[in-house]
Amino acid sequence: MSLTDADVRKVARLARLAMSETEIETARAQLSGIFDLIAEMQAVDTKGIAPMSHAQDVSQRLREDVATEANQRELFQSIAPQVEAGLYLVPQVIE
Amino acid sequence: MINATLKQLSAQLAGKKISSVELTQIYLDRIAALNPALNAYITTNAETSLAQARAADALLAGGKAQALTGIPIAQKDIFCAKGWRTTCGSKMLENFIAPYDAHVIEQFNKAGAVNLGKTNMDEFAMGSSNETSYFGPVRNPWDRNSVPGGSSGGAACAVAARLCAAATGTDTGGSIRQPAALCGISGIKPTYGTVSRYGMIAFASSLDQAGPMARSVEDLALMLNVMTGFDTRDSTSLQRDKEDYARDLAKPLNGLRIGLPKEFFAEGLSNDVAQAVEAAIAEYKKLGATVVDISLPNSRLSVPVYYVLAPAEASSNLSRFDGVRYGYRAPEYSDLTDMYEKTRAQGFGAEVKRRIMIGTYVLSHGYYDAYYLQAQKIRRLIAQDFTEAFKQCDVIMGPTSPSTAFNLGEKGDDPVQMYLSDIYTIAVNLAGLPGMSIPCGFGKNNMPVGLQIIGNYFAEAEMLNVAHQYQLATDWHSRAPQEI
Repeated sequence: MSLTDADVRKVARLARLAMSETEIETARAQLSGIFDLIAEMQAVDTKGIAPMSHAQDVSQRLREDVATEANQRELFQSIAPQVEAGLYLVPQVIE
Repeated sequence: MINATLKQLSAQLAGKKISSVELTQIYLDRIAALNPALNAYITTNAETSLAQARAADALLAGGKAQALTGIPIAQKDIFCAKGWRTTCGSKMLENFIAPYDAHVIEQFNKAGAVNLGKTNMDEFAMGSSNETSYFGPVRNPWDRNSVPGGSSGGAACAVAARLCAAATGTDTGGSIRQPAALCGISGIKPTYGTVSRYGMIAFASSLDQAGPMARSVEDLALMLNVMTGFDTRDSTSLQRDKEDYARDLAKPLNGLRIGLPKEFFAEGLSNDVAQAVEAAIAEYKKLGATVVDISLPNSRLSVPVYYVLAPAEASSNLSRFDGVRYGYRAPEYSDLTDMYEKTRAQGFGAEVKRRIMIGTYVLSHGYYDAYYLQAQKIRRLIAQDFTEAFKQCDVIMGPTSPSTAFNLGEKGDDPVQMYLSDIYTIAVNLAGLPGMSIPCGFGKNNMPVGLQIIGNYFAEAEMLNVAHQYQLATDWHSRAPQEI
């Protein structure tokens, strides 16, 4: 399968990865090679086969709806790139 | 001392022949001497390690020691350890100090073990050569121009070079077994759900599983006893009774049925690896085993299936790295989206970005059924092949890797060639089965070859028995690289 530069640009945008034109060209070639490898899968007849997400086919455990974690805001924010007054700072999103 | 088994070290510590502080210092000195050339560790912290060793010595003096009390263990840098820099091999987490302990780290702390340091790895465990690490490649101690394998390459190197008593690794598509094979050590990936993933930085959550890496199978059993156990904080952790993985080590192998999948001995396997594996099978026959020819017809699809499922899950897991709550943030940006895009472009390496792109594509609108769902269906077919095979045999054996360690840089430009080096290990992760690798000889240029042993679900004790009996009859596992 061969991808176009536009495909790569769209995926990079969805994945929130800034890419230069050279990077897009390299990625296009490499991803096309990988999708050739993946293409082998498409010919397999899987009618009636249930998808498998966990080897043991276990169901999700439930627990009581009670708080289990103590508040550690200061500790967690001590490793954040930018905080102020207990809030995480990001560039302004609302004018 | 540096060649001693964990059991021997434990006896030395209990008998006051050596203290944990002295033992830890021996390893710290070795790391200081050898790590600049091998690059097996990303982070060491002598003060913290020695403080743990002093605490262990107090436990030993008070008669409160357990099997691993006072023993220096290397932790893969994928496990969050409170107060330790935890990088996952990425620039994204270059300065990330973990605010909590992973379940695995808690287990070792409870056992009184010493954390010797954090081992190098492929970035976010994505790689088979340890060359994708932001902190530089690890060298194979058997030949410093060769790769150690990956992603647990630092752990495998540290064990082989006697830079720790034993180590932890994680295995999503072969990341414990392949580096174990390439570095001539033993490693086991237990049944999916046996070791908690809590605090283990996620790559592909339906496949990721932690396990031990060591110089002998007996050591693996002791390590597994500490690492396993139910944990409510991992939604896929399995609720099972605690078991002693060393309980069956001494059993004779009379009547053992070994399945040999014809697909594992076909085109693509190097002659030197084939010869060493065949010699190991011959040794097993001498030990009383019989051989059954089996087939895993869908195993050829495991690489394509894996390269849909693992990147899909990775693209979702790695969306958390956005430069807001922790980790790297780009120094300059114009708005929020620009901040995300630049942070991720600068923080992630090429292989990680490649996999995020694959994953994003296969999960994007209109492609889900054709890729992700189709891959999950074939995953079941691959698992069913094993179920059928285990009706005819007790364990499955074959090569761990199609070749011995390749040269640094050899496969760097071609991701597909690199992906194919995990061709024999990936199916085991997809099925969720336990798999291990033990040394079984040497191939060309005197590089180690690994024998892969695959067991049925929860058959770890049996596999360890099978592997241990081989190690009693052979000495491949006790060979050490020169200049070590």
